[in-house]
Amino acid sequence: MTVQEVEQGRYRSPFYPRQAELDRLFQWHDWKGYATADGFYETDLEYFAIRNSTGVFDLTPMTKYRITGPDSFVFVDRLVTRDMSKIKPGRVAYAVWCDDEGQVIDDGTIFHLKDGEYRLCSQERHMAWLNMSSIGLDVTVVDETADVCGLAVQGPTSFSILKKMGLDGIENLRPFGLTHFEFQGAELMVSRTGFTGDLGYELWVSNEKAIDLWDALFAAGQNYGIMAIGTDALEHSRLEAGLIAAYIDFLPANATVRSGRSRSPLELGLEWLVDFKKPNFNGRCALAQEKRRGSTWRLVKLDIEGNKPAHHSYIYSNPRKKKEIGFITSAAWSPVCKQNIALGTVRVPHGAVGEKLLVEIYYQREMHWSRVMAEATVVDKPFWDPPRKRATPPGPF
Amino acid sequence: MKTYDAIVVGAGHNGLTNAAYLAKSGLNVLCLEKNDYIGGATVSRNLYKDWFYSNCSYVCSLLRPEIFRDLDLARHGLQVTPYGGGTVFMQNGDYLGNYPNAEVHYREYARFSKSDADAYERYSADTMRQCRFIRDFLLRTPPDPTSFRPKDLKELAHLGSKFFEMGEQRMYDTIRFWTMSVAEYLDEYFETDVIKAALSGSGIIGTALGIHSPGTAYVLLHHYMGDVDGNMGAWGYARGGMGSVAKAINSAFLSYGGELRTDAGVEQITVRNNKVTGVALTSGEEIKAPIVVSAMDVKRTFLKCMDKNDLDDDFYRRVKNFKIRGSSGKLNIALDGMPTFPALPKGSPLLDGDMHFIDSMERMERAYDDWKEGTWSKDPYVDMVIPTVCDPTMAPPGKHFMSCFVQYCPAQIEGRDWTDEERDQFGKTVIDQISEYSPDFKDLILHCEVRTPREIENEAGLTEGNIFHGELTMDQLMFNRPIPGYAQYRGPVGGLYMCGSSNHPGGGVMAAPGCNAAREILFDLRRPDITPVNFGDD
Repeated sequence: MTVQEVEQGRYRSPFYPRQAELDRLFQWHDWKGYATADGFYETDLEYFAIRNSTGVFDLTPMTKYRITGPDSFVFVDRLVTRDMSKIKPGRVAYAVWCDDEGQVIDDGTIFHLKDGEYRLCSQERHMAWLNMSSIGLDVTVVDETADVCGLAVQGPTSFSILKKMGLDGIENLRPFGLTHFEFQGAELMVSRTGFTGDLGYELWVSNEKAIDLWDALFAAGQNYGIMAIGTDALEHSRLEAGLIAAYIDFLPANATVRSGRSRSPLELGLEWLVDFKKPNFNGRCALAQEKRRGSTWRLVKLDIEGNKPAHHSYIYSNPRKKKEIGFITSAAWSPVCKQNIALGTVRVPHGAVGEKLLVEIYYQREMHWSRVMAEATVVDKPFWDPPRKRATPPGPF
Repeated sequence: MKTYDAIVVGAGHNGLTNAAYLAKSGLNVLCLEKNDYIGGATVSRNLYKDWFYSNCSYVCSLLRPEIFRDLDLARHGLQVTPYGGGTVFMQNGDYLGNYPNAEVHYREYARFSKSDADAYERYSADTMRQCRFIRDFLLRTPPDPTSFRPKDLKELAHLGSKFFEMGEQRMYDTIRFWTMSVAEYLDEYFETDVIKAALSGSGIIGTALGIHSPGTAYVLLHHYMGDVDGNMGAWGYARGGMGSVAKAINSAFLSYGGELRTDAGVEQITVRNNKVTGVALTSGEEIKAPIVVSAMDVKRTFLKCMDKNDLDDDFYRRVKNFKIRGSSGKLNIALDGMPTFPALPKGSPLLDGDMHFIDSMERMERAYDDWKEGTWSKDPYVDMVIPTVCDPTMAPPGKHFMSCFVQYCPAQIEGRDWTDEERDQFGKTVIDQISEYSPDFKDLILHCEVRTPREIENEAGLTEGNIFHGELTMDQLMFNRPIPGYAQYRGPVGGLYMCGSSNHPGGGVMAAPGCNAAREILFDLRRPDITPVNFGDD
């Protein structure tokens, strides 16, 4: 028997050769073993590409599972908290799945590719959990992370670019819809999904077509402000969209050590994803009980006065500010909303929409630290929610 | 006949900001605009096919972020995108780049002088120190130093404390800075001619002074004190052109219940017994209101739109002597494609920034010499941008809009009015200069709008086409702006207020004068102050 040595370096995505040509910063980090760029030239400009023209983000390291077999629907419906019978072929669902105690293991998107054939995408890896869930079901779960590559094409001109690329019929694709195109003899899957809260698409193709896809996309985008973007710009836009991120705004239940550090979907503001009417799903009993008894935590979107981002701030109830009621998990100044925004976790009953809270912000200027107590209002809508995100067909920009 | 609590004259960004705050406070406000479009000099105009020109102001940085947020202008559709940097093209075929990344910027300066590359750090810190000082006063009413009213004393004490906070040596520096020329200021740091030429442009834009004229160091500051999302000194493009700024403020104004009328030029602000009674329109219609706020420049307000007999003589004389000299022109060009600039490497990110074509201090000063002679610069200072490199909304895909701000361009040619031929010659001068650095530029021109001070005054209403509503010199700043004794937005007759850029803190698409004037009006009406306060140390 020959022993195969484990590759110890970071993987390169099939798009790496093109990204390397554009890279002026040499700032890369690790995303599930893949080298992923923080940025390529200037984070501000990359961020504004998402909001003003089009940013292209390499999704390849995203964990991807292909779920097939006669019981595939039963499997996914039992796995996640939302009713998957409503997700017909050609549709995509944002979903969360929980452990037996109703604590979120992860969130992700489930693509109903063809009748009875699904793809589950998530930031984290879940093969052990999926295998365990599939016991007794006639279903096959295959990790296709390394076989399929993807690009998120996000921003107001993204529709114009894909149209220009020759994807006829793309104008009919509704939000959370997916469709297949023939691309240079291969199958190209396009979904109207993304992590930016803007008009945008995700393109999925097999690895050998990666470079051709990139070239076709950037050629089509030449006059539409297309720009490769890194994680920093994306991170900014996902917060504006009010979307949560694993290991930032919640911890995967399977990875927590201390009790009380995991969260249920109800505590993450995802109650709309929990369907108690469907027959059964993992964690149903625990969640039903939580619904009756009340949750401990509540995830809040905060509009904070002033312009100092509330990184890692404590949250106090206004105006007593005696005991902290929670903390901020994500914070930033939003250039498009011109708002000081944050996601935070507070103890119930705090955090009702419209409630005014206080956050304690520390900020540093030329070595010295200062502190402000800023008023924060709980809001319910995403901070950034332009009409173009929903428009079908979308406008040219 | 319908009456109003207040009439605001002029729907530029300051007039609209003022009107928005008055309406937000609950007043019944009418905003009047002489043109059939709003925005004044903050406008996007569709003058050729599918192109939208930012045909007066063209970049955005000074707009107060506090107002941007407070009036919820983002929700009303305003988005400002920062742009990448800048370039000075040199006659020897080289260029000087201005990059957003600090290390790349250092490397570029070091190509010319390591000493200058190092000096830039100190220059930036010293300039930023002045910016921090002035930024604190942008959303405050200047104190009257001759007054003993508690409000003025408090503001004076604030001014004093901010000044003393700087420390002894930097107080000396500050006083020098406010009075020196931009050339002298740059000489204290740099040795390379092209670097000084590149930085000096900000010291003369919009002003009828040369780089060696005292007071131009402050004008440089005026261009540095803005920010885009906290990046001080950065400039950006308003998505859809500068008209988006006025559109968003107008949308906020209307959302508060305000009323806008376009095609409603004011002939005269009517006065009885030393109090305003309303306005008479050019159509002959009269509208009554106890408060009239003029967003027009101070000369247009008092010399053109009021009866001289309603004003005291010395006041009238001071207004007449207010310096508001025409010094700049503008070319707005529709391009069939992206012009190439062979000096730049292919795919250079610098194309996403401002471009300039004067590479020496000598040429900068020569450009001013022409203005003094009473004609336009034959080798002008051009501040050129192509916003469509990043804005997909202003021209069809692959086509471009180019904005050329041109200095110097006098209000009159040798003391008489411009002719159309001279205007076209002026345009040709600019196009020829750019063509020297871009061989295919001329062939790409589809349409070109040439604007001298004559056109700017006739359309936007700016006296002599002065973009700042009056020179930004020490004698016309702070409590001396527009004229001593009238720096707190109140006019010389009861109920009359001024909210245009002739007032503190001056010109640029800042919206601060409009907001500050609203605060004083609400104060006089004993209504709660709803205007925003400075974000503070940033």
